[in-house]
Amino acid sequence: MARQLMKGNEAIAEAAIRAGCRAFFGYPITPQNEIPEYMAAHMAENGGVFVQAESEVAAINMVYGAAAAGFRAMTSSSSPGISLKQEGISYIAASDLPCVIVNIMRAGPGLGGIQSAQGDYFQAVKGGGHGDYKLLVFAPASIQEAVDLMFVAFDKADQYRMPAMILGDGMIGQMMEPVELPPAVDLQSLPEKPWCLRGWDGQGERRIVSSLRIQPEDLEPYLNEQMKKWERIKEDEARAEEYRAEDAEILLTAYGTPARICKSAVEILRAEGIKAGLIRPITLFPFPDRAFRYHAARPEVKGFVSVELSTGQMIEDVRLAVDGKKPVSFFGRCGGAVMSEDEIVAFVKGGAF
Amino acid sequence: MPVFHKTKVLTDVPMHYCPGCTHGVVHRLVAECLEELGVAGKTIGVAPVGCAVFAYNYFNLDMAEAAHGRAPAMATGIKRVRPECVVFAYQGDGDLASIGAAETVHAAARGENITVIFINNGIYGMTGGQMAPTTLIGAKATTCPYGRDPKVNGYPVRVSEMLAQLDGPSYIARVSTHNARAVLDAKKHIRRAFEKQIEGKGFALVEVLTGCPTNWAMSPVDALKYVEEQVIPYYPLGVYKDTDKEVR
Amino acid sequence: MEKILLAGFGGQGVLSLGQILAYAAMTEGKEVSWLPSYGPEMRGGTANCSVIISEKPIASPIVARPTLLVAMNGPSLVRFEDKVVPGGVIIVNSSLIERKVTRSDVKAYYIPANDLAIQCGTARAANIVMYGAINSHCKILQPESVHKGLEYAFKKKPRLIPMNEVAYRAGFEAVEQHD
Repeated sequence: MARQLMKGNEAIAEAAIRAGCRAFFGYPITPQNEIPEYMAAHMAENGGVFVQAESEVAAINMVYGAAAAGFRAMTSSSSPGISLKQEGISYIAASDLPCVIVNIMRAGPGLGGIQSAQGDYFQAVKGGGHGDYKLLVFAPASIQEAVDLMFVAFDKADQYRMPAMILGDGMIGQMMEPVELPPAVDLQSLPEKPWCLRGWDGQGERRIVSSLRIQPEDLEPYLNEQMKKWERIKEDEARAEEYRAEDAEILLTAYGTPARICKSAVEILRAEGIKAGLIRPITLFPFPDRAFRYHAARPEVKGFVSVELSTGQMIEDVRLAVDGKKPVSFFGRCGGAVMSEDEIVAFVKGGAF
Repeated sequence: MPVFHKTKVLTDVPMHYCPGCTHGVVHRLVAECLEELGVAGKTIGVAPVGCAVFAYNYFNLDMAEAAHGRAPAMATGIKRVRPECVVFAYQGDGDLASIGAAETVHAAARGENITVIFINNGIYGMTGGQMAPTTLIGAKATTCPYGRDPKVNGYPVRVSEMLAQLDGPSYIARVSTHNARAVLDAKKHIRRAFEKQIEGKGFALVEVLTGCPTNWAMSPVDALKYVEEQVIPYYPLGVYKDTDKEVR
Repeated sequence: MEKILLAGFGGQGVLSLGQILAYAAMTEGKEVSWLPSYGPEMRGGTANCSVIISEKPIASPIVARPTLLVAMNGPSLVRFEDKVVPGGVIIVNSSLIERKVTRSDVKAYYIPANDLAIQCGTARAANIVMYGAINSHCKILQPESVHKGLEYAFKKKPRLIPMNEVAYRAGFEAVEQHD
């Protein structure tokens, strides 16, 4: 399969179509506009539907409807728009429906800026909407990985009947890199969704999609079952990449594009005789605790540095995983500014701990 | 001798609606229309947040329960991927005309091929009698305890008149349930609104004026009288838009 | 590994020049990345993009310190001159920039890209003149991949390719003949 030079947003959209997405609902916001634009141009020829919704709120509720009807459905947005979608995301999660939400993050809070940032980690991983729910959160660091994770996101969302999020920084959306696009999935090969709304012909049970469980004796057991599901997900679905970590004494950790900047920093530090390595979480929920626990237990490890395009969000999960066994420090740029590898190197050499 | 049969499109679950509320009447009209049109087996209903929040327990159909005000968006998502299905949203005035005003206007403007049943009783019933976007001037509610004052609370929204200005809808009508004749007439318009969808003609909405004896603090009979004497003059009945013929 | 920063004002074809370079290098099996500035700058303000061409997988796609800078207008030279690595290269569009590079630890080429492009038939080919200038210095692209880059850029208007081949050669030769 030949490599194509594709912009991240366009590759994400094409990958979604190939992964079986047949319903896209969105609203314009920078820096993710190429996703709805690509969907508008190509969804119909693939037998799918595209609607430019009147708002982010409407878009996620259209996803809610299409997902309830059993179709692979998706929306995309950037940070302020993702905030507006939180209501719908909570309802979709509570209705046990699969869907994919793409967040090409820009700098917040508020209207913030339009440059690349990672300030939505808490929102994606810790909730964002109301109530107890989780999203599967995937954090690609390259266009190829964004493409590959799109297939995983749709499959895992279906498997666990819950929403999945692709959490990319603005650079993932705007950058161009060579990609190999996997072949389109055969929709007939996907597992059946017996629960989906399609009109009830009187055979078997009629289908009701609802997030309403008004009695505590209904809602509590439901949530207890969800907790068990989240534990299984933590056990089975965590993904991380380790880069020169095996003998590292200083472990950088970052997700998305900053992880690639960290790789460059690792090379520079290694060339200067400092044994640095990288742990790159690929799933943010579930967080890859095991990789951190393993390295925290190695005696030669001096500590961890969480490198983020925020004021420090993922670091809380890093600290939980390291569990006090080693120091964890923070290096970040925010507001749309992006660190250079040299800044990371200077931070480590300047005594990160 | 003819025997009365309850429509099979309603379940046998006892409804939770208050005495004198005509939600149950409207449910039955919708269910009978779907049965008579022979489309119940391919119909998907979308329930609102409000008094009809449990409508999915009463309609013997595949049903979804939407977020507050988002039923037209959810119905859009369903209808777009399952155009062969008949899709309707059943909403109250707070849901449709306040928190969901944007979803309503834009589903109508897109000419989304769905049917919307809009229950207008001028009050938030489920939450206990707060002011609705359709509460009449001077009428009391728990959040306008001295009566709705336009200086403080603004004016009621005439949804049918507003939506009839758009090019998207195929059918907009306002009906009532205050007496038997009105109920029979309401059914004709509800049926027409579903026929429009089946014919692929686009967005159809029927606004149904109902009473709320509980929150209006009236007897059921007085509530029906109030609809006739006070509500209908502000919200005149009739067909506001029909792309198949000239109206008004 | 070549870390290229291309900068100018919107409409000079800076972003598309970056895509042409990345595409042409990709056809040779190289690893490439193209990262644009985006936002209000897309609409008539300054525009720049980073292109990395490498034999190995690319770690950071951000070019904080370019090995090669193309400055298509004065503000770009002011903004990025100091970022270039010692021993790096700055290609200055001398049609629009009168001043010289102030650093002595970089190699500077002064290429009148707009004038050369006009001689080839259109001022819009100034970015393609720079395409030639870049490859003349770096020699990172084989002639057939240079051509593939032009086919990629003009896939909707292939009749423009011969004229742009001429523009490419003009830039290539201008660097060869430079002091």
